[in-house]
Amino acid sequence: MTIDLKTIKHISKLSRISVNDEKAKKLADDLNSIFKFVEKLKQLDTENVEPLTSVAETTLKLRLDEVKSKDIRDQILKNSPEENEDFFVVPRVVE
Amino acid sequence: MSQITSQTLTELVKNIKEKKISSEETTRAFIERGEKSNDLNTYITQNFSSALNKAKNFDQKPNFDLKLPGIPMAVKDLFCTNGVKTTAGSKILNNFVPPYESTVTQNIWNQGAILLGKLNCDEFAMGSSNETSFFGNVQSPIDKGLVPGGSSGGSASALAANLTPITIGTDTGGSIRQPASFTGTVGLKPTYGSCSRYGIVAFASSLDQAGPMSKNVKDCALLQEIISTYDEKDSTSIDFKRNEYSKELTKNIKGKKIGIPKEYRVDGMPKEIEDLWTKGVEYAKDCGAEIVEISLPHTNYALPAYYIVAPAEASSNLARYDGVKYGFRSKGENLIDMYEKTRSEGFGEEVQRRIMIGTYVLSSGYYDAYYLKAQKVRKLIKNDFDEAYKKVDAILTPSTPSAAFKIGEKTNDPVSMYLNDIFTVPVNLAGLPAISIPAGVDAKGYPLGLQIIGKAFDEQNILNIAYAMEEKIEFKNKITDWWIK
Repeated sequence: MTIDLKTIKHISKLSRISVNDEKAKKLADDLNSIFKFVEKLKQLDTENVEPLTSVAETTLKLRLDEVKSKDIRDQILKNSPEENEDFFVVPRVVE
Repeated sequence: MSQITSQTLTELVKNIKEKKISSEETTRAFIERGEKSNDLNTYITQNFSSALNKAKNFDQKPNFDLKLPGIPMAVKDLFCTNGVKTTAGSKILNNFVPPYESTVTQNIWNQGAILLGKLNCDEFAMGSSNETSFFGNVQSPIDKGLVPGGSSGGSASALAANLTPITIGTDTGGSIRQPASFTGTVGLKPTYGSCSRYGIVAFASSLDQAGPMSKNVKDCALLQEIISTYDEKDSTSIDFKRNEYSKELTKNIKGKKIGIPKEYRVDGMPKEIEDLWTKGVEYAKDCGAEIVEISLPHTNYALPAYYIVAPAEASSNLARYDGVKYGFRSKGENLIDMYEKTRSEGFGEEVQRRIMIGTYVLSSGYYDAYYLKAQKVRKLIKNDFDEAYKKVDAILTPSTPSAAFKIGEKTNDPVSMYLNDIFTVPVNLAGLPAISIPAGVDAKGYPLGLQIIGKAFDEQNILNIAYAMEEKIEFKNKITDWWIK
């Protein structure tokens, strides 16, 4: 299996990372060498194996859904690239 | 009394408690050495003046009941520190100042320690040489032009160079143990769920663990008992009985069964690693341990499985960096364009590569073939360890397949870089604890480490084995201060 430029462009769109042609070419080469390396997994028969999703074999603890941090709006907004009083500002999305 | 900066944590704590040195003197000594060590590029952020003030405050009202009374220390820049910039080695977090503290660092400050600064690391902890950091690569104090390992490379370098008496790193596939091995220091990756992940910049959530890095095993045990706490803010934190590891530390490991997995004898393994391992077996026998040959048949599949699972989780975790609420933002013509440019300019090459791999293996049509397959292989790897632990109490392997390499030597070949983690990755996949201790040097005099892998929650046992072997090994790190003018 090889990953072509079209696939790279598709993944880049899904990842929301813009790539130019030069970068796409390099990524395709890198990904192909990495996927060649992981192909080895296909040798294993895993038909009857349960997938391991978490090593901590415990059920998640429940807790009350309650507000613990109050009045932290200013602290949160302080890190925003662009803000406007109470809101995060993004480029216009509606015409 | 030896120079302050070359003392172990245990020595410093004792000397401060006995009022032979003050917290201010100690802090000043590490700051002065840090200021002369900029060529190592270990610090991303220096917190020196604040540290000095805190040390003075400590001396005015000392509390000697604490476990880290007025002890200055620097931490990996992957831990959120309230009011102190936290970058994860990335441009995309270049201006991020957390309004909260990670649980692990909070535990440390609660015991009286003082933050010296934030240490360089591979970007989002993705790397094995500290060359992917936006803030430049870190030099190893072992030799000029040598990588300190990664991703906790700044931590390992600062520790070995005596810029901090102790430190913490994070380990997703070997990021504590490999740099410890490369720099002649001790590094512990605890059991998954032992240390809270709250406030640690996430890489691969099912694999990430914070852990201590130190100059000897005793210091490591002390720091581990401080940072390991149950935390309801981390849904995968596990509520189990934690030891006072440093108090219960013993060199008596008589009759312990230590497994030697034959599959770790990989093709092309340098003779000096083979020899180190053989020597390690002898040391373990000298300590009274019993050596048992074991098999971990799926070892060869760990690295390929890891390079699917870790990027998949990373691609999902790193989706949050979109230039909206915090961090770097690039100008875009519209919202989508802004996202795409922000992420393209804000993430480095290795991080983009891993996001792409992760996105691909999770994308429609490939999920079963890659991600599900890798999770099944992960189960087989865990089963291997479960089987082995029916026969043995711990497992002994080399920490890495080679000593540290030169800066730039492996940057153009991602797969050869990934192969560095061949002995450390299976441990993360199975969620087990493992410690790397310095055990020898290669022909060039570069340090080599041995890894002791334990059963889940059995940190005490591997610390004890490490403690006993450390005494037999008598490793001395040779640091020449070549970078100090």
